[in-house]
Amino acid sequence: MFADLIFYVFAAILLFSGMGVVVARNPIFSVLFLILSFFTCAGLFVLLGAEFLGLLLVLVYVGAIAVMFLFVLMTIDIDFAMLKEGTASYLPVGLLVGGLMVTELVLAAKAGVFSGEMVQQAMPVPGDVQNIVAIGQVLFTDYLAPFQLAGLILLTAMIGAITLTFRRREGVRRQNINKQVLTRREDAVEMKKVKPGQGLV
Amino acid sequence: MPAQMYFVLVLLPLFASMVGGLGHRIIGEKAAMAVTTGSVLISAMLALFGLVNIAVLGHEPVDATLYSWISTGDFSVNFGVYVDKLTSLMLVLVTVVSAMVHIYSIGYMHEDPSKPRFFSYLSLFTFMMLALVTAPNLLQLFLGWEGVGLASYLLIGFWHHKESANAASLKAFVVNRVADMGLIVAMLIGFAAFGSIAFGDMFASANAVAGQSIDFLGMNVPVLEIFGLLLLFGAMGKSAQIGLHTWLPDAMEGPTPVSALIHAATMVTAGVFLLARMSPVLELTEVALTTIAWVGALTAIFAATIGLTQRDIKRVIAYSTCSQLGYMFFACGVSAYSAAMFHLFTHGFFKALLFLAAGSVIHGLHHEQDLFKMGGVKRLLPITYGLMWIGSLALAGIPPFAGFFSKDFILESAVMSGTETGYALYIIGTLAALLTAFYSFRVVFLAFHGKFEGPKEVYDHAHESPLVMTGPMLVLAVGAIITGFLGLSMTHTEWWDGAIVILEEIHPGVHEAHHTPWYLKYLPLVVAVAGIVAAWFVYVKKRGMAERIAKGFDSLYAISFNKWYFDELYDFIVVRQVKRLGRFFWQKGDVGTIDRFGPDGAAWVTRKFSAAIRPLQTGYIYHYAFVLILGMLALMTWLMI
Amino acid sequence: METIGLSHYLILAAALFSIGVMGIFLNRKNIILVLMCIELMLLAVNINLVAFSSFAGDLAGQIFSFFILTVAAAEISIGLAIVTVLFRNRGSIEIEDSNLMKG
Repeated sequence: MFADLIFYVFAAILLFSGMGVVVARNPIFSVLFLILSFFTCAGLFVLLGAEFLGLLLVLVYVGAIAVMFLFVLMTIDIDFAMLKEGTASYLPVGLLVGGLMVTELVLAAKAGVFSGEMVQQAMPVPGDVQNIVAIGQVLFTDYLAPFQLAGLILLTAMIGAITLTFRRREGVRRQNINKQVLTRREDAVEMKKVKPGQGLV
Repeated sequence: MPAQMYFVLVLLPLFASMVGGLGHRIIGEKAAMAVTTGSVLISAMLALFGLVNIAVLGHEPVDATLYSWISTGDFSVNFGVYVDKLTSLMLVLVTVVSAMVHIYSIGYMHEDPSKPRFFSYLSLFTFMMLALVTAPNLLQLFLGWEGVGLASYLLIGFWHHKESANAASLKAFVVNRVADMGLIVAMLIGFAAFGSIAFGDMFASANAVAGQSIDFLGMNVPVLEIFGLLLLFGAMGKSAQIGLHTWLPDAMEGPTPVSALIHAATMVTAGVFLLARMSPVLELTEVALTTIAWVGALTAIFAATIGLTQRDIKRVIAYSTCSQLGYMFFACGVSAYSAAMFHLFTHGFFKALLFLAAGSVIHGLHHEQDLFKMGGVKRLLPITYGLMWIGSLALAGIPPFAGFFSKDFILESAVMSGTETGYALYIIGTLAALLTAFYSFRVVFLAFHGKFEGPKEVYDHAHESPLVMTGPMLVLAVGAIITGFLGLSMTHTEWWDGAIVILEEIHPGVHEAHHTPWYLKYLPLVVAVAGIVAAWFVYVKKRGMAERIAKGFDSLYAISFNKWYFDELYDFIVVRQVKRLGRFFWQKGDVGTIDRFGPDGAAWVTRKFSAAIRPLQTGYIYHYAFVLILGMLALMTWLMI
Repeated sequence: METIGLSHYLILAAALFSIGVMGIFLNRKNIILVLMCIELMLLAVNINLVAFSSFAGDLAGQIFSFFILTVAAAEISIGLAIVTVLFRNRGSIEIEDSNLMKG
C-alpha cells in the first residue's frame, strides 16, 4: 500500500500546485508552482512505470520551458499585480465551467468504460525490458517518420522564435566576410618612400 | 495521290493561318503574307495534282481517316478526308480561287494596317472550306460549315471601325445560324434514320431507309423527305436562297477580295455542294426535290429583278451571285446535280473574276462604289475593262465563255425532265437569263462608258491596278474561258463515278439534255444577247432613258430598288419581336426575377446577416478561448448524455 | 480503500485539466499565465496518456505523450517569442489591448 500512499501524496501536491499556478498573485510564484507540478507529475509517471517520460518531463519542462517562462517574466517590466485585477468578476463563471467539467470527466472516468478489459494491445510492453529501451525500440522503428517530423516541428519553432524576436541593431560593428574577402591589396596597403632623416607625416 | 497529301492540302492553310495570325509580330508582316499565300498556292497545286489523278488518270477515290474524333456508343465520327471527283473539283475551285484572292489582296490591301490579320482570316477560311468539302461525314462537314461562317463573319467585319460592317457581319452570322439549325436537325434525323452520319454508310443504306417514316413535330412523315427539306433549309442559309438571302448583299461591306472568295466562289456554293453530295439520298425523295427546285427558281428570278436597280457595283454582283445560286439549286431540284456542279465550278471562276474586277475599279477610283458616280474610265483601266467584259459575257451566258455551257446545261436539263415543273423552271430560268445579261452589262456600261459622273479629282487620279492585282484576274479570266470546255465531260453522269447519283428512269433530264431541240437550246442565248443589246441601248445609246423607264414604272422600281422590302419585313416580323422579347426577359426575367431573388437577393441576405452577427467577433483572444471551452463543454455534455 | 487504478489517474487528470481551464478564465488578462495554464492542461492530458499506456500495457500512449511534449515545447517557445515582440512593440502584454483579430 506504499505506492497508494505515494499516489495520494503526489496527487494532493499536484492539485495544490496547479491551484497555485492559477491563483498566485505574483507570476514568478506561478512559474515556481508550475515547476512543482511538473516534478510531482514526473513522480507519478515513475509510479506508473514510465521512468523515461518522467525524467524527460523534468529535464525538458523544468530545465527548458519553465526556465524560459522565468526569463521572459523577468525581462518584461510590468506591474503584474495590475493584471490580476478583475479576476473576482470572472470567478463564478470560471468555477461553474471548471466544476461542470470536472464533474463530467469524473463521471466519465467512474463510468467503468475504461476500467474493464482494456482494448486489445496494439503494442505490448515487453516484460523483461527496461522502459527506456522499450520506448527506443518502438520510437526508432515504427514511429521513425513521426519522430523526424517532430524534429522538424522543433526546428520550425526555433526558426520562428528567432525570426520573431530578432532585431538588427544600428551602430553595431559586424563582420562582413564578403567585404573582407574582396579586399584588394591596393585598398589596404599604401607604399611610401621614406627618405632618410624624415618621418612619415 | 496518297491520303497524306490530302491531309497536307487541308491542314496547310490552317497552319499558315496560325503562323501568320499569331506569329506576325515575330516573323513580320511580309513573312506572314508570304506564308499564308505560299501555303494556299501549294494547296492549289496539290489540288490540281489530285484532280489530274482522279479525273484524268482514273485513280480510286481516297477515303482516309486522320483520327477518330468522337466515339461514344453507336455514334462514331472520324476526322478525315473523302476525296472523289466531286470533292476534287471543289478542292481545285477553292484553292485556286483562294490562292488568286490571296495574291490579289497583297495589292488591294497594301494600305491596310492589319494585313496579317486579313491574310490569317483568309487562310483560316480556306482551311474551313477545305475541311467542309473533304468531309467524310456530316459532322465534319458541319464543322467546316460553321468554320466558314465564322471566317465569313470575321472578314465581313474586318473593318471593324465601320458600323455598317459590324452590323453586316452580325447579320450574316445570325441569318446563317438560323439556317444552321436546319442542318443540325437534319444531322440528328440522319443519325436516327441511317444509324450513322458517315456519307458512305448513309448512301449504302439509303434504299433501305427510303420507305420509312418518322415522327417529326408531332407528324408522321417520310424520313427522307424531312431529311431533304431540312438539308435544303440549311443549304438555303449558306447559299443565300430566297428568304435567307438578306445577309449576302450586306456582306459586301467586307473588303472586295473577301466578296470574291467567300461570297461568290466558295462559301455560298457550300449549300449546292451539300445537295450534290447528298444526291444518293435526295434522289429518293420527291417533295424535297420539288421544293429545292422552286426555291432555286424563285431565287434566280427574284434576285435578278433586284440586281436591275441597285446602285452599288458590288451589290449588283452580289445579287447576281444570289441569282446564279438559284440556278444551281433548281438544277439540283430537277436532279441535274452534275449541271449544278458544272455551273458552280464555272461560276466560281467568272464570278470571282467579276468581283476582283469590281474591286479593281473601286481601288482605281478611290473606293467609289456607286455606279452612278462612275463612267467613261475604259481608257484609264483597260485591263480591268477587258476582264470585266470577259466576266460579264461568261455570266450572261455567251459562248465560248464558261457560263454559256453550264447555264445552258441547267436549262436543258430542266426542260427535258419532262414535267410541268421542268417547263416552268425553264421559262423562269430563261427570263432570269435575260435579266442577268441586262444587269451585268448595265454594270459594264455604267462603270466604263459614257462620261465620268463623280468628282473631277477622282477621275484625274484614276489608275489601272498593279500587276499583283491584274495577274490573278488574268488567271481567273483564263478559267472563265476554258472551264466551260474542260467541264463538258461533267455533263455525262458516268464521268462522276458514283460521286453523283441520278436515277435516270425517274429523272431523265440530265440524260435527255443532250437531245434538246435546237430552238430550246439556243433560246437562252438569244435572250442573253437581247439583254446585252437592251442594256447597251438604255445605258449607252440613249443615256437617260433608264430614268424615264424608272419613272414610268415607279412602283415596280421601288419594289426592286428596295429589294422587295425583305429587310423591312424581317425587321417588322422578326427583329423587333425578338428585341421586344429580349427586352422583356432582360428587364422582367433577368433583372426583375433572377437577379433580384438570385445573386442580388443572396448578397442582400448575406450582407444583412453578417451585419447582424458581426458584433460576435470582438477581436479579444479570451473571448474566442471562452467560446472554445464552452463549445468543448457542450460537446462533452452531449456525448455524456 | 480500494487500490489505485486507472480511474484514479483519470480523475486526477480531469481535476488538473479543469484547473487549467479555470485558470484561463481567471487570468484572462495575463498572456503568460494563459500559456502556463495551457501547459497545465497538456500535463493533464499527458497523465491520461501515460496512465492508459501503463494500465493497458501499450507503449503507444507514452510515444504519443512524447510527441505532445515536443509540440508543447514548440508552442511555448513561439508563444513566448510572440509575447516578447508584443511587449516590445506595445509596452503591454494585456490581452485586452490586442483586439485586432476581428474582421
